[in-house]
Amino acid sequence: MAEEVKKIMFTVRKAPHGTIYVYEGLEVKLIMAAYDADISVVFIDDGVFALKNGQDTKELGIKGFAATYGVMVDYEISKIFVDRTSMEERGMTEEDLLVIGEDEDTEEPIKPQILDSDAIAAMMSEQHNILVF
Amino acid sequence: MLHTVNKSPFGNDTLESCLRFILPGDVLLLLEDGVYAAKEATSKSNMIEKVLKNNEVFALSADIKARGLNQLISGVQVTDYNGFVELVEKHKTHAWL
Repeated sequence: MAEEVKKIMFTVRKAPHGTIYVYEGLEVKLIMAAYDADISVVFIDDGVFALKNGQDTKELGIKGFAATYGVMVDYEISKIFVDRTSMEERGMTEEDLLVIGEDEDTEEPIKPQILDSDAIAAMMSEQHNILVF
Repeated sequence: MLHTVNKSPFGNDTLESCLRFILPGDVLLLLEDGVYAAKEATSKSNMIEKVLKNNEVFALSADIKARGLNQLISGVQVTDYNGFVELVEKHKTHAWL
């Protein structure tokens, strides 16, 4: 019997640079991407700031990881979702979101998908596991 | 689906966010400072009163006692660590940390 592909969701609810959580979460996502799992990532609350474009951590003296989010599609993690309410609360629109890769055929930039809370809640209930960062 | 909340609703929006994502029939477990949300007659009581219409709400006994909360919102069920384990066994869990 073929084993069912595990559906694993990551939820990111913290801002990116004040703590190590978001970065550590990104590392775990990249590790999990090496396995045959159905991975999705959802950004909620201050987590949406991790997807803000134009992050420059040079003066902080740290490498920053927005660039890695920029190639998530290359790691075959393309199910990246953002909570609409969290974005609106923080004055962000789709234009503020960084690009997570480009379409293989058209080379069009791919952005995270903005969803309403109830659509995200429905996806949550379909997961085998939800990892929180 | 089981949602756990461990932050006080006073000065932290975690419970509010959780309630935005909870679906009818999902279960809410309040623990650690999250149990303050279960206290009756606070400015945040209406959050739990509202969610109780469509969801079971549990609060962890040890945390309630530790904080001296003896008057809980009617309908909130008190559970212990064994009950906590049973809830986790029964449901997929999202911890709103």
